[in-house]
This record gives sequence, structure tokens and C-alpha cells, in this order.
Amino acid sequence: MEPFDFIEMKFPAKADYVSVARLSTAGIANRIGFSYEDIEDLKIAISEAITNTVTHAYDGAEQGEVTIGFGIYEDRLEVMVADHGGSFNLKEIKGGIGPYKNTEPIENLREGGFGLFLINALMDKVEINSNHGVIVLMTKYLGETEVGFNDQISTTQ
Amino acid sequence: MNLDINVTNLNDKSTCAVAGEIDIYTAPKLKEAILPLTKQKGQLVEVDLENVSYMDSTGLGVFISALKSTKENDSQLKLVNLQDRVLRLFNITGLNEIMDLNSTIHGGK
Repeated sequence: MEPFDFIEMKFPAKADYVSVARLSTAGIANRIGFSYEDIEDLKIAISEAITNTVTHAYDGAEQGEVTIGFGIYEDRLEVMVADHGGSFNLKEIKGGIGPYKNTEPIENLREGGFGLFLINALMDKVEINSNHGVIVLMTKYLGETEVGFNDQISTTQ
Repeated sequence: MNLDINVTNLNDKSTCAVAGEIDIYTAPKLKEAILPLTKQKGQLVEVDLENVSYMDSTGLGVFISALKSTKENDSQLKLVNLQDRVLRLFNITGLNEIMDLNSTIHGGK
């Protein structure tokens, strides 16, 4: 098995701490040597994943936790965001993603729903596992620049 | 991380200078500041994002609801001085097609 370092953090699933997780992510990504642009992408992707969890925690009115795991490899960073409470509705989330099309009337614009789309656009690989709660696993490779926005999100149910 | 919002009104134009990071924690505050302004008929609401260093989909959500409100209330929404990183989010999501964006200061497209 290829060697890697692993860092795990647990936060209350509250909006208050998303910026803290974002700062930690920037610190780790900087340590690995990601470019400024990549670090900004990572910050957004991780925030979106946590935001999904937090939004759900609020809906259920229960105080959950979000666990973030960073797998630090020589050529990439893997970030795992797990909500260990209930699970958010995957179908609903995946059904609502995608860029805005100019032909849609403004009334149909989604106020939420860009989260998973952005994660997919900003990371190199995105996997979602919803066996026990929901785990979003995101990978970003060192030194890769752009990845197409139409890459598939793979799902394990 | 906090968000500062400074609103100045001049006749039928309101300018909101926003500074800080827009995320799930600060977005409600932004929405509270901007939405009532867009409900005034004929109002031009200009949001200055020059000092916004971070924004994610929660910020996009605020601007989408503000834009909807302008259509319902016959007002106008304009976002100015977007940093490249923030502008990029509008471009990726296609929202640049329907929002009035002006990012000349930071050399955006």
C-alpha cells in the first residue's frame, strides 16, 4: 500500500465552524505544495461538502458532527467529509446539480443546489458513499490544472 | 471570519460595500441586508464585492434570490468589482449570463 499521512478532524455540524475547516484545509494543502489557485478550489469544495452536512443537521434539528479526513499522498490530497448523523437525500441533491442554462426562466433558478456541482467542477475526482450516513470523497492531484465540468460523479449506494 | 456590510443610499441607488468571506455562516446576514433593498420599486442595488476574498454557493444563492426579487419588484441588481476567484464561480455556474456583473478593476473577462 502506498504510504500516506492521515489527518482527521471533527467539528460540530454548525455553520460557525465551516471557515475553521476551510482554514485548516488551506494549511494542509499549502504544506503539500498546491498552487494558490488549487488551494482556493479546495477551500470551496470542502466548504460545499460541509455546508451540505450542516444544512441537513439544521433540518433535522439535531446536533450532529462532521468528520473530515485528509489523506496526504505524494501526488494528491484526498479529502473525506462524513456526516455521521442521518443522510441527506442523494437523489434530491444529484437531481438539482448542473450549470444554469440561459433558456431557463429566472423563476426556476435554484437558490441551493450548486454545491455538489461546484465540488465536481473544482476537484479531480468525486465519489459519494451513502451506506452509513453520507461520505463525500474528493481527490485533487498536485500539478493538474483544469478538469472538465462534465466529469461523472460516481455513487455507491 | 466575519462579513462587514456597509450600505449607502443616494436617491434611488443603494450601494452595499461587502468585505470578508461569504459562506453558510455569513450568507444570511448578506441576504438580510440586500433583499429589503431590492423590494423598493425602481431601486438600483449595487453590491461592491471588491473586498470579498472568499465566496461559495451560499453566496450565489443570496444573489439568485436577490435577482428574483428585482424581477418581482421592478428593481435592479448589479454586482461590481468582483475578484477573479469570485467571478470564476459565476462563470462556472453560468450565472454570469443572467447577472449584471462588472469586474473591470480586477481584470476579469
